[in-house]
Amino acid sequence: MRTINVDEITKNIKEMCIEANHYLSPDMQRVFDNALKSEESPLGHQILDQLNENLEIAKSDMIPICQDTGMAVVFIKVGQEVHFENGLLEDAINEGVRQGYVEGYLRKSVVKDPIIRENTKDNTPAIIHYEIVEGDKVTITVAPKGFGSENMSRVFMLKPADGIEGVKNAVLQAVRDAGPNACPPMVVGVGIGGTFEKCAIMAKKALAREADSESDIEYVRELEKELLEKINKMGIGPGGLGGTQTALAVNVETYPTHIAGLPVGINICCHVNRHVTRII
Amino acid sequence: MNKNIKAPISNEDAKSLRAGDYVNITGIIYTARDAAHKRMYEALQKNEELPIDMENNIIYYMGPSPAREGRPIGSAGPTTASRMDKYAPSLLDLGLKGMIGKGKRSGEVKDAIVRNGAVYFAAIGGAGALLSQRIKKSEVVAYDDLGTEAIRKLYVEDFPVIVVIDSEGNNLYETAIKEYNRE
Repeated sequence: MRTINVDEITKNIKEMCIEANHYLSPDMQRVFDNALKSEESPLGHQILDQLNENLEIAKSDMIPICQDTGMAVVFIKVGQEVHFENGLLEDAINEGVRQGYVEGYLRKSVVKDPIIRENTKDNTPAIIHYEIVEGDKVTITVAPKGFGSENMSRVFMLKPADGIEGVKNAVLQAVRDAGPNACPPMVVGVGIGGTFEKCAIMAKKALAREADSESDIEYVRELEKELLEKINKMGIGPGGLGGTQTALAVNVETYPTHIAGLPVGINICCHVNRHVTRII
Repeated sequence: MNKNIKAPISNEDAKSLRAGDYVNITGIIYTARDAAHKRMYEALQKNEELPIDMENNIIYYMGPSPAREGRPIGSAGPTTASRMDKYAPSLLDLGLKGMIGKGKRSGEVKDAIVRNGAVYFAAIGGAGALLSQRIKKSEVVAYDDLGTEAIRKLYVEDFPVIVVIDSEGNNLYETAIKEYNRE
């Protein structure tokens, strides 16, 4: 048994909210640099150059990369040997978000009620996904999600007969509809299988994976490659203003599902795809 | 083509711009996004006056992050314009000449742009830090209680935008994508 004071969780979440909003993660930098080398459209290239300059300014002047500093999505894997003390874990996470967004000059983009729409003024609550795992460590991923791209995300409840072609068409349709709205070049997270909610969470998890990582399953790896190629043939390009770099990565996760179903979740993210992971 | 224009924008300047032009804007523009548009729309329905004059003005669909000490504004990139589509035609009919945002617009908005000789610009989505540096002054002029969604009067210098829909109804998103489509 290992005891962790929840204040440590708060402190880390606070720092991670600020870090994710000012610094591009190394994996995203790698796929972004590839796009810079490969873009064929002169206007597309100019936009990528400006996005690169934007990233430099964000770092050096501590101005958030994007004004939409997102709703804080937190994945937390808790080793079952861990005991938390000094308060509720959920409160500690939300306190970290509150401190990060208030003290870090991040935008407060959360409303208390979806219809009444009064701002909570501290960007809480976070969206928290818990997982209980082996061991005595806590792995936290903070992925602040902007809604320009979130709004273009989809869930399709396909039929088993639709098969892999149905999955491809669903992903391509979602990307085509997103077009310039999702701040391309985008990252596409796909969850196949599970249930209605499981496929959506997998799609979000796929975004938080290293952007240039590959699936362990051979057909899924091929699917990731094929979808990326097909998306980049659409011509949407940087800023949606035409070009060969529409997506930087496509990451796919799968899970067992029901004999009657083929759920597909598609979560779209912009070229920043903020995510920071720490192990405590 | 690269062009420099002054804001508020003259009728002649608005009509001279063509989809695909790269434009640097200098002058006064206003911010408004979802909640401010909803309030302005409701004011119009009740025959109340709007808090800002639309005539020849440009509205930037943007809600900034908070400014650090000594700076006029925080990160300040465009938000998705289509969420304002319901409200934009009434404002265009009142003389609004330009909108800055990102993403697609509805047919109704395109028609109102053509009808009024206006223009829809895109700023680069996700370039909030870079665009922040082109904003020299910022002042909340209405709906202060809306926080980031309040209406702000901005003074911008060489604010970089691209003409997406021009006064003839040409749409850069449609033409540019065709050029690189290899499906």
